[in-house]
Amino acid sequence: MRTRPAGPHAVLLECADAAEVAGWHAELRRRRDSGALAATELVPAARTVLVDGVADPAALAEILIRAADSFPGGTTGGSPGGLPGGTAGSSPGAATSRSAGPAGGAGGTIGDRCTEAVESPAGPRVPPVAAAHVELDCVYDGPDLADVAELWGTSVDGVIARHTGTEFRVAFCGFSPGFGYLTGLPAELAVPRRDSPRPRVPAGAVGLAGEYSGVYPSPSPGGWRLIGRTDRVLFDPDASPPALLTPGTRVTFRAVRG
Amino acid sequence: MLKPGLLTTVQDRGRPGLAYLGVPRSGAADLPALELANRLVGNDPAAAGLEFTVTGAVLRAEESLLVAVTGAPAPVRVAGVEVPHGAAVRVPAGAEFAVGTARTGLRSYLAVAGGVAVPPVLGSRATDTLSGLGPAPLRKGDTIPIGTPARTDLGAATGPAPADVTRTDVTPDAGPAEAGPADAGPAVPGGGVAGRADAGRDTDRADAGRDTDRADADRDTDRADPHRAGAGRDMGRAGAGRDDAESGGAAVVLRVHPGPRVDWFTPAAVRTLLSAEYRVSPTSNRVGMRLTGPALARAVATELPSEGVVLGAVQVPAGGEPLVFLADHPTTGGYPVIAVVDPADVPRAAQARPGTPVRFESEGVPGWT
Repeated sequence: MRTRPAGPHAVLLECADAAEVAGWHAELRRRRDSGALAATELVPAARTVLVDGVADPAALAEILIRAADSFPGGTTGGSPGGLPGGTAGSSPGAATSRSAGPAGGAGGTIGDRCTEAVESPAGPRVPPVAAAHVELDCVYDGPDLADVAELWGTSVDGVIARHTGTEFRVAFCGFSPGFGYLTGLPAELAVPRRDSPRPRVPAGAVGLAGEYSGVYPSPSPGGWRLIGRTDRVLFDPDASPPALLTPGTRVTFRAVRG
Repeated sequence: MLKPGLLTTVQDRGRPGLAYLGVPRSGAADLPALELANRLVGNDPAAAGLEFTVTGAVLRAEESLLVAVTGAPAPVRVAGVEVPHGAAVRVPAGAEFAVGTARTGLRSYLAVAGGVAVPPVLGSRATDTLSGLGPAPLRKGDTIPIGTPARTDLGAATGPAPADVTRTDVTPDAGPAEAGPADAGPAVPGGGVAGRADAGRDTDRADAGRDTDRADADRDTDRADPHRAGAGRDMGRAGAGRDDAESGGAAVVLRVHPGPRVDWFTPAAVRTLLSAEYRVSPTSNRVGMRLTGPALARAVATELPSEGVVLGAVQVPAGGEPLVFLADHPTTGGYPVIAVVDPADVPRAAQARPGTPVRFESEGVPGWT
């Protein structure tokens, strides 16, 4: 993990991969819940976690880098187990009380002229273990289903089998309220976005883009390849939390008849 | 609402804390101005008010209201009589209340004692033009519910009685509105309330900077992907030509901090950002202040995976011309952020009209090499 400056009240944590993002997001939430961290926003994304609304981001960056140094593990491919990434209910002090593992070497520096950036090779790497599970009934009749089958080198049934057979995880939310970016498909099944986005994608549309799957919570333009649809309400401002698919949630799809 | 103008929305402090669910912060684009208006009428600064865009609006009070207009200076009239901007004013029941076209700046704010009382969505009454959360932009014929003024407002509201005010010290450039009962008396500058708007403005801004520096949802403003075209109404209809002529003078100078991806740009691009003069594009809206000017060349050409962005982030889309994220900005973005406008300067960015020259200033800001 390294940190990047993001103005006088924020710091951006840049991680090696999605697992490290999940670990840091969980760790930061735990610190905030325990009162050790005062921050308005903790925003996980593909490879980063934004910590916004903090009084002294430079000091926070140093604290987090020191904490990272105390975690076992290391750079990508380091020990994946037994880390304080997000075990619900673990004590706030657990993260820093762990003995330091061997720092995982130099930790590839992206040639940077970012003078405020500091870097640590280690970090919490385990997503929350007590994550909720959501099963979404899906009618697989999306307009891009055949295209995806061709891209994947399989049949429509093959796409359905693969999609329903995958346990996804909400890596982060973005694009619109309650839109979760679901990881779980292998990299070789990444599909490009449509050349031209549709002007209107209906709510509940299930799509694929890049390494992600996702469900549109509300109608909007969109360029994802649509393979199906679900009736579930993905975003309800009166619910708590308002999003069905929050970061960390495990998601599976079940094929149903339209 | 008799005439909503270019774009009139309900705004408050927005929905901070929900960016991790893709919910933008939203809220008043010039939050210190709204907070000031609230204080002038004795409201909690977090109360909801109205945000007008360039052309103001015309409303009619169904009951007697204490109001204040702040932000972009614009003529304010009650029953056709000009009353002070930046001061508490009594609008009698039945009187028409008009905020005219801003003389400078972009967004004026109206606070009403008791606050705008539309139902909150996720803790806020703000209209988010990007996500669609909150009430729709106001339209002609809409009725706007007003809350009960707090007990502490009574002193303010009963300050100088309406009868104290004569028409002689205001500009009678328009007759009483047809809706205003002739015997209702003219509008009343509520003298004792909170004084002029400009007092304490600087400190207000400093406070608000802290409050407003919150992150925000994942829609890149111009990525051709899941992208809500035209989510934020832009200023194109506001008469950019006229604005150009009016605001071609003094540049708006915005202090900037290094952004998370400053190293994704060439040293020359960073120098250009910090020295060139840009202009506010008429396509600017509540999501962002778009700029025209020298393109900023990238040193790292790879696609940036979406990452969280803060209010005031200076993002550089594929075309190379920077934009500054304002209140309705997405929570995450897929283009690199080269710099971050100091939170205390974001309200000035939100008030910069199309055509206004903009410069980014790094002097005195730590972190630049």
